[in-house]
Amino acid sequence: MAAKSTLVNMALCLFGVCLVCSAILAGTYALTKNPIEEASRKALKEALSKVLMAEGEISSEAAYIDLDGVNYEYYTQTAEADSAVCWAVKSTVIGFGGPLTLLVGVERNGVVHATKVLSHSETPGLGAKCETEESFIRQFEGFESASRSLKVRKDGGEIDAITASTITSRAYAKAVENAVAVAAKIQEGLQ
Amino acid sequence: MEYFLIIISAIFVNNILLAQFLGVCPFLGVSNKLSTATGMSGAVCFVITLATLVTWLINTYLLVPLKLEFLQTIAFILVIAALVQMVEIVLKKISPALYSALGIFLPLITTNCAVLGVAITVVTKQFTFGGEAHLLNLGESIVYAVATSLGYGLAMILFAGIREHLAMNDVPKAFKGLPIALISVGIMALAFLGFSGMV
Amino acid sequence: MSKFSILTKGLVKENPTFVLLLGMCPTLATTTSAINGLEMGLATMFVLILSNIVISLIAPVVPDKVHIPAYIVVIATFVTVLQLVMQAFTPQVYSTLGLFIPLIVVNCIVLGRAEAFAGKNGVVDSALDGIGIGIGFTLALTVIGIVREILGSGSVFGFKFIAGDGILAFVMAPGAFIVLGYLLVLFNKIAKKQ
Repeated sequence: MAAKSTLVNMALCLFGVCLVCSAILAGTYALTKNPIEEASRKALKEALSKVLMAEGEISSEAAYIDLDGVNYEYYTQTAEADSAVCWAVKSTVIGFGGPLTLLVGVERNGVVHATKVLSHSETPGLGAKCETEESFIRQFEGFESASRSLKVRKDGGEIDAITASTITSRAYAKAVENAVAVAAKIQEGLQ
Repeated sequence: MEYFLIIISAIFVNNILLAQFLGVCPFLGVSNKLSTATGMSGAVCFVITLATLVTWLINTYLLVPLKLEFLQTIAFILVIAALVQMVEIVLKKISPALYSALGIFLPLITTNCAVLGVAITVVTKQFTFGGEAHLLNLGESIVYAVATSLGYGLAMILFAGIREHLAMNDVPKAFKGLPIALISVGIMALAFLGFSGMV
Repeated sequence: MSKFSILTKGLVKENPTFVLLLGMCPTLATTTSAINGLEMGLATMFVLILSNIVISLIAPVVPDKVHIPAYIVVIATFVTVLQLVMQAFTPQVYSTLGLFIPLIVVNCIVLGRAEAFAGKNGVVDSALDGIGIGIGFTLALTVIGIVREILGSGSVFGFKFIAGDGILAFVMAPGAFIVLGYLLVLFNKIAKKQ
C-alpha cells in the first residue's frame, strides 16, 4: 500500500513524476510536430483547391496586402501564360457567436469563384449551417459582384439568407464582399 | 463600453453553466440549499479570478516565449491545485470566519472544470468585443473571469431557490432527485436563450 | 470480484453517467450529435485506460499525502498526449470537441476511478476497469447524442430521415439538460425498476 509520507520522499516523488511526465510530453510533442503542421498544410491545400479553379498553379507561399487598415492573407493562382487568373483571400468578419473566417476564391473582374468556411463559432443548428447548407453556399459561386449587390435581401441585396440566421448570413456576405475588394486591389497593383 | 459588453455577455448571453456547461457537477451537487449555493458561488468567484490572473501571467510570460504552449493543460491544473491549497491555508490563518463559510467547498474546486475552463478560454479563444477578433489582455481577462463567475453564481443561486421549492413538491418517484433537477435547469436554460444575440 | 464483472459493471450497474452521475460537463456539452458523443466517449476512454494502468503501477511508491497531485499530473500528461495526437491525425474532430479535450483532466470520472479503483488494485484489473467504465461512458454519450440528433436535426449519425429542421432547442443548451433528465427517468424506471 501507499508509502509513508515524509517531506523528502513527497518532494522527490512529485519531482520525479513531473520530470518523467514532462519528458513524455516533450517526446510526444517532437513526434507530433511535423504531422500537426502537415495536417494544417493539407487542410489549407484542400480549401484552396476547393475555392480556386481546377486548372492552374497555386502559389505555395501566402502573400499579404493591406486594405482599410486590415491585413489580408491571400494566395494567387496563375494560368499557363504565367498571368494571375484567380485569388484566394482569407477574410475574417465578426459573426453571431464570434469570428467567422472564410477563404474566398475571386476571379479577374470580380466574379466570385467559390467560398469555404475555415473556422466559425456560430450557433449549432442555426448559423453553423453556413458551413453545410448547399443552397446558401451555392449562390456565391459565379456571383458577378460588379453588376450585382453582395448583400442579403433584407439589406436590399441579392443573397438569400439562411432561415433564422440573418446575422450570420450578413457576416458571410460581408466577408465575401471584403475579399472581392481585396482582389480588386491586388489586380490594381498588377497593372 | 467594451468592458460592459464583456460583462453582459459573460453573465447572461454565454452563461458559463447554462450555455457552456462548465462546472455542472458541483452545481448539481451543492444547489440543494440556498446557503451552500451562495457559499460555493463565493468560493468559485474567488478562485476563478485568482487562477485566471496567475495562469494568464504564466502563459504570456513563460509558456509562450519558451514555445511551451503544449504544457498549458498540465501547468494550469497544477497552478490551480496549488492555488486552492494556498487559499485554504491563508484563509484559515487570516479570516477564520470566511474560512468556515467557504472552507468545505475549496477542495472541491480543483476539479471544478469552470476554473480550468475559464483559464484555458482566456488564453486561447479569439474574442470579438470592440469589433475586431483578438485575444484578451490582462485587464479584459480579469473582467471576463469576474463576470463569468458572477454568471455562475447567479445561475447557481437562482437554481437553488427553485430546488428548495422542488423538494417540497410531490414528484413522481422516477423523477426524484437529479432527473427533475436537470429538467428544471433545462427550462431555465431556455429562458436564458432569450438573451442570445444581445451582444 | 471476477475479471468479467470488473469489465461489465461499468455498463449498467455502475454506469458513470446514469448511475454515478459523474462527468456531467462533457456529457451535456458534446452530445449535440451521435458522432460527437461517440468521439468524446472514446477520447475519455483513452485517457481513462492509460491513466488507470500507470496509476496502479505507481500507487505503491507514491507517498499518501501527495497522491492526488501525482495522479493529476499523470492524467494531465495523457490528456496532453491525446491533444497532440488528435491535432496531428484527426484535426477535424479536435476542432469540434475543442475545449472539452483539455477538460478531460478535471473530469471527475478519471480522477474518481484513479482514486477509488486504480490506486488500490493491480494493473490488469485497473486496465479492465478503465475499459469497462470507458465503454459505459461512451455508450451513455452516444445514446444522448442519438436522442438529441433525432429530435434536433431529424437524423442519426448524419443520415437524415426526416426532412426539415427538427426542434432546434434540442441541439442547443436547454435540450442537453432536458434529454439527460428524461433519459435518467427512463433508466430509473427500467434498470432500477422504480
